[in-house]
Amino acid sequence: MIEVRGLAKYFGRFSALRGLDLSVGAGEFIALFGRNGAGKTTLLRIVAGLSHPSSGQVEIHPDRAVVPRYLRGCIGYLSHNTSLYMDLTAIENLRFYAQLMDLPVDDDVLMRRISQVGLSGREREPVRNYSRGMQQRLAIARAFLHDPDILLLDEPFTGLDQAGSAFLKNYLLSAHSRGKTCMMAIHDAALGYEMADRLVVIDKGAAALDVPKQSVSLAEFQEKFMSLTAD
Amino acid sequence: MTKIWAIFRKDLLIELRTKDTLNSMLFFGVVVLVIFNFSLESLRESIRPAVPGILWVAFAFSGTLGLNRMFAAEKENGCLQGLLMVPVDRGTIYFGKMLAATVFMFISEIVIFVFTLVFFNLTVWGEIPYLALVFLIGTLGFTAVGTLLSAIAVNTKLREVLLPLILFPVILPILVNAVEATNIILNTTEYRSLRLPVSIMSVFTIVFGTISFLLFEYVLED
Amino acid sequence: MSEKLQSRLDAVLGIILFPGMALALYMALIGAPRETSSGMGDLQRIFYFHVPAAIAGMTAFAVNFVASLMYVIRRNRWWDNVALSAAETGVMFFSMVLVTGPIWAKPAWFVWWTWSPRLTLSLVLGLLYVSYLLIRNYIEDPEKRALISAVFGVIAFADTPLVWFSIRWWRDIHPSPMLETGNLGRSMRPAFFICMIVFQILLVFILRRRFYLESLRGEMESLERQADAAR
Repeated sequence: MIEVRGLAKYFGRFSALRGLDLSVGAGEFIALFGRNGAGKTTLLRIVAGLSHPSSGQVEIHPDRAVVPRYLRGCIGYLSHNTSLYMDLTAIENLRFYAQLMDLPVDDDVLMRRISQVGLSGREREPVRNYSRGMQQRLAIARAFLHDPDILLLDEPFTGLDQAGSAFLKNYLLSAHSRGKTCMMAIHDAALGYEMADRLVVIDKGAAALDVPKQSVSLAEFQEKFMSLTAD
Repeated sequence: MTKIWAIFRKDLLIELRTKDTLNSMLFFGVVVLVIFNFSLESLRESIRPAVPGILWVAFAFSGTLGLNRMFAAEKENGCLQGLLMVPVDRGTIYFGKMLAATVFMFISEIVIFVFTLVFFNLTVWGEIPYLALVFLIGTLGFTAVGTLLSAIAVNTKLREVLLPLILFPVILPILVNAVEATNIILNTTEYRSLRLPVSIMSVFTIVFGTISFLLFEYVLED
Repeated sequence: MSEKLQSRLDAVLGIILFPGMALALYMALIGAPRETSSGMGDLQRIFYFHVPAAIAGMTAFAVNFVASLMYVIRRNRWWDNVALSAAETGVMFFSMVLVTGPIWAKPAWFVWWTWSPRLTLSLVLGLLYVSYLLIRNYIEDPEKRALISAVFGVIAFADTPLVWFSIRWWRDIHPSPMLETGNLGRSMRPAFFICMIVFQILLVFILRRRFYLESLRGEMESLERQADAAR
């Protein structure tokens, strides 16, 4: 589904990615681990199409036949930014994005999305009034409004409380069970281990470790991670 | 295209709710008029020749403020990133933004103009349709290139502060022609000579509208 | 072109340039006949530097335009280096124009500045390309800097004819009593053409040196990047 070959990205003299290879099959759930600055965010941004690689390539073969320009239609990206308009209400934000995504602007459908993320009753308040956790939930609804086949998430659990984390975990697991492909950067090793099919460690801009979950226990994995990233 | 309209409508909706941009544009425009009043005190009796210049300086400063807010607000919550993730042509984003900027600037121009009439004791009636035309074309030219340059400025370390520095040299043709055209309307009766400045402004708008539309995606790239 | 050929070319340019400039100085200050029609006398000789500098500046900016356009299309760093060198060299030449302008104007017409079309255009172009350099100064990532300044380079050059026509027309409406010598007597032409050619050679020489400096910087950057990777 996603083929990454020899991906490199540099900003002047700083190399964010150096020759990274990664292969993601349809329906797989990949957890990306790595220290800060290892290159996880850069990788996700390039796969999402927000950034151009300095060299190497990324190929995405969606299941649905889509015109290349609209490849973004099958990708959903949730980053540190919520990409929400603070002065608009939840429903207004979703209406706007629905329009741009060529989705029918049906308030019923949008309301269902809003209650799915647990925000019903507050959909007519400006997002500015939401707590960080609530904003994150709405961001999830926005990022995946078009029910994309590929979900890219950059440390989505940061800043979420217990309820929010539980919600997101269930959301992702159910998406996974529906056959969606997920790539998620995460710090929490236990949570990542639990949710993923495959564990990938990115270090110094390349894939340092790439193992299926079955082949290694959580403790073993954490040990390997420590030794890889110790300097 | 409806997506252009959607982007425009979104900016309009935010503005109706917060009134941030328009308020600051209007306020700044009026402040500029007041400053001119004090600095040109010696011309009090014969201020009318200076009015076109004063008007367009006020318009340009106020318009720059509006343009600044346009992309700064998008960068705030990574909203620009959200726009880039949806299947929307970069050119569509350009036109949506340009439309919003034009409307905001035109509204503030009308208000600033009314204040000018009051502050400088002028009366205009028959001139209004011609003035409206000149204001509109001048504004379109301003926002055609200003939208692109605003997106450029936001990418730099100085952000919005850079916009006036890079915008004013580029829009000089608009300013020169707009001031002259306004002067022709307010202070002479040779409306026929409007043809040339209006043509140059139109050419400017078309040329830069096209170039900005084509190059806009490169400014948003990473 | 190989390196050896490059340095040979630089040597040839240098060999032509220095005696060439000496000749130009001689022709302008001594060889050309004294101006009699407008009563400026020897003061008019500044024309032999003032105008060729403006033409060299314009050439530099045309080079910047082509290089900017080519960078947007090809994304080759080489073009970006050319664009930067051309912009800086152009600003240098226009500074000469803006300095010689008042030197000429004050004794001739008793004003420091004449707002003549040529002088005003030089000022605006100077401002435009200083803006170009400012933009470059405030973007750190080299690739982004190259692309964004290339876009501005295209805009700046597209603006030039519009600025010229606007200024010309404005001058027609508000004529000034100060007339700069535009027409060249036949006896003055040799001096003028020699100066023009020498200035063009100077332009190429400086542009090449600046380009060399910039490409060294690029090499250093990639070496630093490699050193970083090896760590």
